[in-house]
Amino acid sequence: MFFQEPIPDTSGYMIAGYAIAFIVMSLYVASLYLRNRNLNRDVEMLEEMEKATTGLETNQPKKPTKTVTKRGRKIQS
Amino acid sequence: MKSKPTTLKILDVFSILVLGTAAYLALVVAPTERVMGNVQRVFYFHVGTAWTALLGFIFAAVLSVIYLVTKDRKWDRIQVAAIEVSLVFFFITIVLGSIWARPVWNTWWTWDPRLTTATITELIYIAYFMLRQGIDDPDRRARFGAVYALLGGLSAPITFFAIRLFRTIHPVVIAGSNPEADGSFSMTGDMLSVFFFALFTFTVIFIDLFWNRIRLGDLQEKVEQLKLKVTM
Repeated sequence: MFFQEPIPDTSGYMIAGYAIAFIVMSLYVASLYLRNRNLNRDVEMLEEMEKATTGLETNQPKKPTKTVTKRGRKIQS
Repeated sequence: MKSKPTTLKILDVFSILVLGTAAYLALVVAPTERVMGNVQRVFYFHVGTAWTALLGFIFAAVLSVIYLVTKDRKWDRIQVAAIEVSLVFFFITIVLGSIWARPVWNTWWTWDPRLTTATITELIYIAYFMLRQGIDDPDRRARFGAVYALLGGLSAPITFFAIRLFRTIHPVVIAGSNPEADGSFSMTGDMLSVFFFALFTFTVIFIDLFWNRIRLGDLQEKVEQLKLKVTM
């Protein structure tokens, strides 16, 4: 027992290791959350834009179409 | 976007709980290694993250084959998710290894075969994302990514077997031993229990993050589709 070497104090390295592991994982989770939030905003905005463009298309007044009869005369409808 | 499935919500909470438990077991319950002291405790997270990351890279290579056969971009999104989560886990592995090496090997870094192959693996997958960014056409990007991930997947088994095939100072703790290693130790029963719990924990966390990342990829795809619709 007299000659048994004491256990070296390497606690600082252990704390640093665990701190870095938790920080990296937290940063990754935060990046997933932020990217998800931004993409959801993009989806909302793009869906509104899509609705607006399709709405514009349906609200436009119909242009008179010209049809050709058998005799070759054009009739406006 | 659809709201989060209940199973995923449960998995999120479960992941936090097992991570907390694993940290408690590694920091408090596991016995202190007599030669290295407390720094040996980083081993549980070091191996846990390495295990899941290397399996993730191999899984991504399998997904590449599925994509190349089916040409369905869904498999490309799943592959990207697997690689991204593995890349983060492998980064933690390398950093923890370096921190462990400082008091045990008396250096932060040495170009040992294991450390070198691990660094090459990490760089291969960082380059994967950089190169994907440079390709605009989604089909070409997916095809390129699949071939790259398939070839890159070879680096995972090389990294795993590096300490068993080459002369190295990196310890072999599981399935074998390395008499030339510096910092080797034999695991006691308590250490083994904590070790297996850490493996289980990081597998659960990997699945959880992987699932969340796949959902993010689906959302990105939806945004791309909507952008095309609006601009056309």
